[in-house]
Amino acid sequence: MIEMKEVYKTYPNGVTALNGIDIHIDQGEFVYIVGPSGAGKSTFIKLMFREERPSKGSIIVNDRDLAVLKKRKVPHLRREIGVVYQDFRLLPKLTVYENVAFALEVIEETPKNIKRRVMDVLDQVRLKNKARFLPDELSGGEQQRVAIARAIVNMPQVVIADEPTGNLDPETSWEIMHILEEINQRGTTILMATHNREIVNTIRKRVIAIEDGSVVRDEHRGDYGYEI
Amino acid sequence: MTVSSVGAVTTTLLLVGVFLAVMLNLNEVAENVEEDVEIKVLLDVSAGQEEIDTVEQNLEDMPDIGTYEYSSKEEELKSLVDSLGDQGQAFELFEQSNPLNDAFVVKPEEPEDTAQVAEDIKQLDHVDKVNYGEELVERIFTFNEYARNIGLALIIGLVFTAIFLISNTIKITIIARQKEIGIMKLVGATNMFIRWPFFVEGLILGILGSIIPIAAIVSGYYYLYYNLRDRIQFDFIQLLPFNPFAWQLAGLVLAIGAFIGVWGSVMSVRKFLKV
Repeated sequence: MIEMKEVYKTYPNGVTALNGIDIHIDQGEFVYIVGPSGAGKSTFIKLMFREERPSKGSIIVNDRDLAVLKKRKVPHLRREIGVVYQDFRLLPKLTVYENVAFALEVIEETPKNIKRRVMDVLDQVRLKNKARFLPDELSGGEQQRVAIARAIVNMPQVVIADEPTGNLDPETSWEIMHILEEINQRGTTILMATHNREIVNTIRKRVIAIEDGSVVRDEHRGDYGYEI
Repeated sequence: MTVSSVGAVTTTLLLVGVFLAVMLNLNEVAENVEEDVEIKVLLDVSAGQEEIDTVEQNLEDMPDIGTYEYSSKEEELKSLVDSLGDQGQAFELFEQSNPLNDAFVVKPEEPEDTAQVAEDIKQLDHVDKVNYGEELVERIFTFNEYARNIGLALIIGLVFTAIFLISNTIKITIIARQKEIGIMKLVGATNMFIRWPFFVEGLILGILGSIIPIAAIVSGYYYLYYNLRDRIQFDFIQLLPFNPFAWQLAGLVLAIGAFIGVWGSVMSVRKFLKV
């Protein structure tokens, strides 16, 4: 469950990114975050896994209040949240397997469990046969699937995807969406910031639109709603 | 960069090691001299047993005095004769009319207070003169103090330079691995987990840097101690024995090297772990 109450964020340089956000997202929901560039989507996403702190208000993610969360507790929060970026953020010198295993190594999981979990998620994203490949040897869509595998390998309750299809061609984008939907069907909350109108209008989910740091629209089975 | 930071640690530790060896030996010399400091209190030539007792009582009452010993003029003459060897026999003639004074040999409680104690004793009744080799004592104290302060300032300056260089080296590795660190944080690695390899790197740099200095110090001191010991004949200069001193010094240098490395790495990692 994610809940934001009266959340404001002003950066030290005086820019106000969020201007009183109130939202409630239940466990297992699939939510698109839409809005023009610079509207506050990135800040919204960053607040979710405590890369930024709110200037005012409270953010509850999985029963933790991020506004007062102690610094040393932040790693534990992040283990319950998987994050996927537009630019994949894979380590180029590690194989697909190692990139995914990395997420379990840093939380000091046992080698036996690591192997089992990694093969499991690689199967889920249909990359089991490319486990030994390096990221450079994969297509963009495959790289994004590796990133998704890494995000879900420690079974987070929430997956946050920041424009996961931003660098991909339409066909590959659908592939990624199907994988995200599958993950969602297993009960994981998915928060996806996107500019992809076609996807939002086709795979209908809850849509939260942010403009000038405020929520201007929050609809179940909503549409993209912006003319590009 | 790695070579240069190990080089910086090496240079620092070489200087620190040589300096510590010199300083600790000087300290030892000074301590020996300090322990030997005594004040000779010469009584008035006319002083009889009564006056001697009075002076003794007064010395007893002075708080800064450690020990004192009475030495009659006969004993004084005898020790003078003995100290002069064959030539001293000429003085044996004085035995009939001894020109020397009865004396007390006083050791102050704290060697540093020698001058003050001597001054106080001089004020007592029936005391003719007070001798304590003031020049030598004062000089050694001052020299030692200067050497200690300058040395400490030098060591601190060098240590900080080396820490700075190590922290820069590690900063470069960190920047190269910044992407990796970012991903580690993203997937929930604790700061301890991220810091660990850099901590080890710093430690290794520090220890690598201390190998040459330790070898130089141990072998150099070995040479100095066993070859020059016999040629330096002043009995107040005595080098600290090779074993255990050289090994203790080596341990100290290693510890300083490790400290420099670890501190340097901690300083440079801290900045990158925010957020």
